[in-house]
Amino acid sequence: MALPNKPKGEIEAVVNPEVVEHSCDVLIVGGGMAACGAAFEIKKWAPDDMKIILVDKAALERSGAVAQGLSAINTYIGENAIEDYVKMVRNDLMGVVREDLIYDLGRHVDESVKLFEEWGLPIWKRADDGSNLDGAKPAKTLREGGVPVRTGKWQIMINGESYKPIVAEPAKKALGADNVLERIFIVKMLLDKNKENTIAGAVGFSTRENKVHVFTCKTALVACGGAVNIFRPRSTGEGKGRAWYPVWNAGSTYTMCAQVGATLTMMENRFTPSRFKDGYGPVGAWFLLFKAKVQNGLGEFYAGGDAAKAELAKYMPYGQSPVTPTCLRNHLMLEELKAGRGPIYMATDVALAAFLDAQRAAGKDEKEVKKFWKHLESEAWEDFLDMSVGQAGLWAGMNIEPEKVGSEIMPTEPYMLGSHSGCCGIWTSGPEEDWVPTVDGPRSHQYKWGYNRMTTVNGLFTAGDGVGASGHKFSSGSHTEGRIAAKQMVKYCRDNKDFKPELAQSAQELADEIYAPVKRYHEFKDATTAVDVNPNYCKPAGLMMRLMKATDEYGGGVATYYMTSGKLLNICLDLLRLLREDAEKMAAGDLHELLRAWENYHRIWCVETHIRHIEFRKESRYPGFYYRSDFPTCDDENWKCFVNSTFDPKTKEWKCEKVNCINIIETEPWI
Amino acid sequence: MPSYVDPSKCDGCKGGDKTACMYICPNDLMVLNVAEMKAYNQEPDACWECYSCVKICPQGAIAVRGYDDFVPLGGQVHPMRSSQDIMWTVKFRNGNMKRFKFPIRTTAEGAANEYGGQKGANLDDQVLFLEKELPKPTKLAK
Repeated sequence: MALPNKPKGEIEAVVNPEVVEHSCDVLIVGGGMAACGAAFEIKKWAPDDMKIILVDKAALERSGAVAQGLSAINTYIGENAIEDYVKMVRNDLMGVVREDLIYDLGRHVDESVKLFEEWGLPIWKRADDGSNLDGAKPAKTLREGGVPVRTGKWQIMINGESYKPIVAEPAKKALGADNVLERIFIVKMLLDKNKENTIAGAVGFSTRENKVHVFTCKTALVACGGAVNIFRPRSTGEGKGRAWYPVWNAGSTYTMCAQVGATLTMMENRFTPSRFKDGYGPVGAWFLLFKAKVQNGLGEFYAGGDAAKAELAKYMPYGQSPVTPTCLRNHLMLEELKAGRGPIYMATDVALAAFLDAQRAAGKDEKEVKKFWKHLESEAWEDFLDMSVGQAGLWAGMNIEPEKVGSEIMPTEPYMLGSHSGCCGIWTSGPEEDWVPTVDGPRSHQYKWGYNRMTTVNGLFTAGDGVGASGHKFSSGSHTEGRIAAKQMVKYCRDNKDFKPELAQSAQELADEIYAPVKRYHEFKDATTAVDVNPNYCKPAGLMMRLMKATDEYGGGVATYYMTSGKLLNICLDLLRLLREDAEKMAAGDLHELLRAWENYHRIWCVETHIRHIEFRKESRYPGFYYRSDFPTCDDENWKCFVNSTFDPKTKEWKCEKVNCINIIETEPWI
Repeated sequence: MPSYVDPSKCDGCKGGDKTACMYICPNDLMVLNVAEMKAYNQEPDACWECYSCVKICPQGAIAVRGYDDFVPLGGQVHPMRSSQDIMWTVKFRNGNMKRFKFPIRTTAEGAANEYGGQKGANLDDQVLFLEKELPKPTKLAK
């Protein structure tokens, strides 16, 4: 038997990769909903000779957060007022949001949803008799005035297994397949050599062949999703892959933009969704479509009780909303768990029985009730099968039939994202409109500087999870935001047509940097008989576990029920500094491992910004997402403001600052 | 629930121009061992169970076995995907079975209109393609 001292992956990495140089006007980095929106829209504005390239680390057909599918579109304004959408997002995210960005998204988003339907996405419709029609049944389209099936005020139900292939198809067709480069992982954005604070390109590598790809561009969109596996997950074995958010999102968006000097905002925000335990199946349809409630271990429906109301009253005005902010819902659950009143169960049995009782009460005979039940059961399972098959697998393995027994709910490990019920991300310009406030000072304090969704770096745009302080975009809003950014990128190119991007480093220097883990592997691999244990380097898999241990124990992970403090956070920052130093000593023997190495660089950086922001903000803005024991309350008097941070690429120093949060939409009434 | 490959069915996509599972996996997990001409999941604890490989495999050679740190053995969820529908078979540990069929697409594959060659009107306003006029907020803060 051979000694285990050789590369594990099928594609060995060589010390000197081929270097391929590309030149384009517009570079789209990422392949998810935002990037597909950008790819579709940009061709509607770009002159025919404009060179546009999209680079995806996976395959466009199944990349990004929607790869698996979705059972609902969570943002469709429809019959609602956009102002009410802004109010809902503002309240859910505890008051500190960019209302200009949210309103702007709200006024564009429905057009994306109508396009999805036109492209072939089945959208459920409400029949005249009030029953639900699946999306393939004959019915008026949304454009024709068809009525979607609402679950809650903003969501609509879909048959969304093929959501991503359907959206990717026109994106790829619009750009031309030759301009979509798949399986290339962009790892660094690059500034211009001559012009201050201006993007000029990017560098990455192929995960299929030993090639480093260097791009020059006039403008770039970075839309590579949020961050996963940055805190120790509840399942640390095989189940580590069953992350709630896509496990391949490594914080690349935040890190790559921050490293070239883009100002970040609200990186203290995180999302720790409460989901079905272990399988992390969605709960939205169970709450909103099936009207299920959560019970504590004593059988009490605690969320509607007097104690819960009294607790919510501590967080006004946010706690008074008819829909409790997501973090405060978690907070109520954590109060139960910490008091030993767990486990928390979603009473699926009670909810489904209520539907059948209502049928019987309405005079339906048992045959009709049975038919109704078949449809209801199918809807319940589709919710998982469309977007979280693993949860269905867990129920199958546990013999769980939801009509007979409830299922346990648990808050997950923390994630960083800007498109779901979270709002960390990059500080961007809002639209050039008179209702968007004009603010003096540097861009890091302004609300608009000429190009909608441009970061504080000239020519660098972002969308989806990338744009901070404006959550609740979800899939449709991310696509929309990519479209918004795309038009602005064309405008930026037109306005800067004489700009000739020039990189500061040579292509070979960049290739050497990207392949440093490979060189280290080859230099030191023979110092051991077992490839993963070597005093000269660390392997990506081990380094990721070290990162997750540090954040979990000191940064308010599940180990401490999300509790941290100034003292603990500073220990975390010390550990991350050591980790960053050792990350320079990562080794990769094959291309898959090189991918993991660079994802780790991105993870370490982005979680460090998260810890810095929590440390800077001397309050607990999001009870239920995290707590500071030294500042345990939500302190509107001193902290109803953004925290923005900027890394200076020249001095390598971080600066955190408070930035004014301006209400654009009326505050009376708050909701 | 990591995916796994049945060696008696996997032919390494030798008749195709690419190895389907390797092409599609969003997390770069599925790889082909060229000597054996068989694919495998190289990092099961990074598998999201998105089923992209299961759905695309032309031989039906890929299935999923529940995550070994919390899923008891015996259950299985398996899809059959056509261009319009997906049929899911859910087999419980106790032997019970359920089948569900859902539509996935209302247009033919390749038919999504990218509006090729069409252009928007004014690059200097905020209106996107196909949009006409945009609203402005009316209920403003004082």
